[in-house]
Amino acid sequence: MQPFTALSAAAVPLRMENVDTDQIIPARYLTAVTKDGMGAGLFSWIRYHPDGTPKADFVLNQPEYQGARILIAGRNFGSGSSREHAVWALTDYGFRCVISPGFADIFYNNSLKNGLLPVTLEEEVVALLWDLVEEEPTTTLQIDLRSQTVTLPDGQQHSFAIDPFRKICLLEGLDDLGYISSKEAAIVAYEARPTY
Amino acid sequence: MGKTLFEKVWDAHVVAQDEGAPAVLYIDAHLIHEVTSPQAFGMLREQGLTVRRPDKTFATMDHAIPTRDLDIALWPADAATQVRTLRENCEAFGVTLWDINGPIQGIVHVVGPEMGVTHPGMTIVCGDSHTSTHGAFGALAFGIGTSEVGHVLATQCLLQKKPRTMAITVDGELGTGVTAKDIILAIIAKNGAGGGAGYVFEYRGSAIRTLSMANRMTICNMSIEGGARAGMIAPDETTFAFLKGRPYAPQGEAWERAVAFWKTLGSDADAHFDRELRLDASQLQPMVTYGTNPGQGVPVTGRIPLPEDLEDPAERRSLLSAMEYMGLKPGQAMEGQPIDIVFIGSCTNGRIEDLREAARIVQGRRVAGHIEAIVVPGSKAVKGQAEAEGLDRIFQEAGFEWRGAGCSMCLAMNDDKAGAGKYVASTSNRNFQGRQGPGARSLLMSPIMAAAAAVNGRVVDVREMLR
Repeated sequence: MQPFTALSAAAVPLRMENVDTDQIIPARYLTAVTKDGMGAGLFSWIRYHPDGTPKADFVLNQPEYQGARILIAGRNFGSGSSREHAVWALTDYGFRCVISPGFADIFYNNSLKNGLLPVTLEEEVVALLWDLVEEEPTTTLQIDLRSQTVTLPDGQQHSFAIDPFRKICLLEGLDDLGYISSKEAAIVAYEARPTY
Repeated sequence: MGKTLFEKVWDAHVVAQDEGAPAVLYIDAHLIHEVTSPQAFGMLREQGLTVRRPDKTFATMDHAIPTRDLDIALWPADAATQVRTLRENCEAFGVTLWDINGPIQGIVHVVGPEMGVTHPGMTIVCGDSHTSTHGAFGALAFGIGTSEVGHVLATQCLLQKKPRTMAITVDGELGTGVTAKDIILAIIAKNGAGGGAGYVFEYRGSAIRTLSMANRMTICNMSIEGGARAGMIAPDETTFAFLKGRPYAPQGEAWERAVAFWKTLGSDADAHFDRELRLDASQLQPMVTYGTNPGQGVPVTGRIPLPEDLEDPAERRSLLSAMEYMGLKPGQAMEGQPIDIVFIGSCTNGRIEDLREAARIVQGRRVAGHIEAIVVPGSKAVKGQAEAEGLDRIFQEAGFEWRGAGCSMCLAMNDDKAGAGKYVASTSNRNFQGRQGPGARSLLMSPIMAAAAAVNGRVVDVREMLR
């Protein structure tokens, strides 16, 4: 897994709540048997007209937000389907961090397994960030996982919580498999127990 | 202090628990399907790993497959590739596959319980969020991403942080024409689409105890639509009667031991839940969703809220965006809303009981002229049973199409898609934008409400047809 330590990048304001994983990547992109190229399908119904031309009013298509690495979305981001393709689409597109007042559980877990940092901040702070990056799209946010902070250009800092174990995994780029495998003896012992 | 059903199942599956780390949780049954498993098998190959417990792993083909009787040579190439890939992977790693060409086939959450794979007290996962369905048996069952599918294939374990618990108590008697689907839609409307994040629900109370397994599965299935990864119902005689004699259920003396154990699983009287929610079943009405998340639902006699009724600016923004997509107006009555397409099926409502109830409404009536209506049984077994009971004839004589088993128009991965702007009365679980086809507008409801919408061509209160 690609480690995440710190990020200094521009952000896209997505003023939408309940962005479900069908919106992040529609089912028609799920017929792939690899993870490659999922970014092409990112938000595709919202991002493109049926004929494939970009919708000019969708924030991801606006020139001032090209190259942004942080997505700022409304609450309950990533709800619905468990499709990890949603995370692969975001990372393939170039996002490394999503900020929201709240994430759906499965999406949150999937993000952590792909080096995409989910940052939970208060609704008011998210609203402030939306205003800030809409007013000045070149605004650079500094995300530091070690100190668990988001720093604004004026020095204002907001802390976010993250499970200490998951933090280490992200910082080191570790996946779960190594850790689970280190418990092999316990797994073998567990499997030897009678069920009832 | 006593333990909840969830805590009993969780505690019994913790293989290892380091200070400050998530639990290593043992998984008793792992269900896989063609769409979310290829990259997980790819990971096994890249790392030279095997499937640790092929005997605890079961594969179905359901998401991408056509529900028309078609030779695979005529399928869209990518769906055919996924099905072939799953065949190759199951063959290579020794996993039981319920193939589309075999006698056992259908939606993973319909087939698993049918085969008796789902037992009370188990941990069950699948790369599908509706794995919560299996909680109806008192199992801890939840959806996982493809990375986690790989972890379970390789180790039969998952690293999991312990969720919190929420008791949802539904007491009282349901009125005529009010169903399990209406209970869960009412719960989600009350608690919000994201209200269960971080929690496991336990459904309890007199209204839950009287429900059939099919109805309990409908409720647990949509736990995820309320934000909870899992929903559970304590096992009882209804559960045991459903399971007894199924192919993967314990047999003989093992059955007796299993039932004795399962009877101990219910939450203790003094167990503590982190949150509680109560509903009076006798006050519930048939529900219909009007928006683009499953929490945006009202009783069929109700109206879409006005923005000024909502205090929360985020909820207001959500309502206005939903209205724009749905082509509906705040304050509008739901009764009378015209419908274009009716879809009866899915892991929420594709079981034989659902089809029987819908057929009762349809019998002797005709689908309204402009309506395109399809019935997609949840499995080949459901289809066969329905045909033995003559339900297929009832639906077809009324003007419904009678299809093969699969996920179909619930997620529009195959060719069963609703057109842009079309209103779909759907028994499925998600009314997300584009879920049932680009631009399609989904109204979630119970099977009898969908059947009533089909014959009337608009949303009606099914209770008027039952008088």
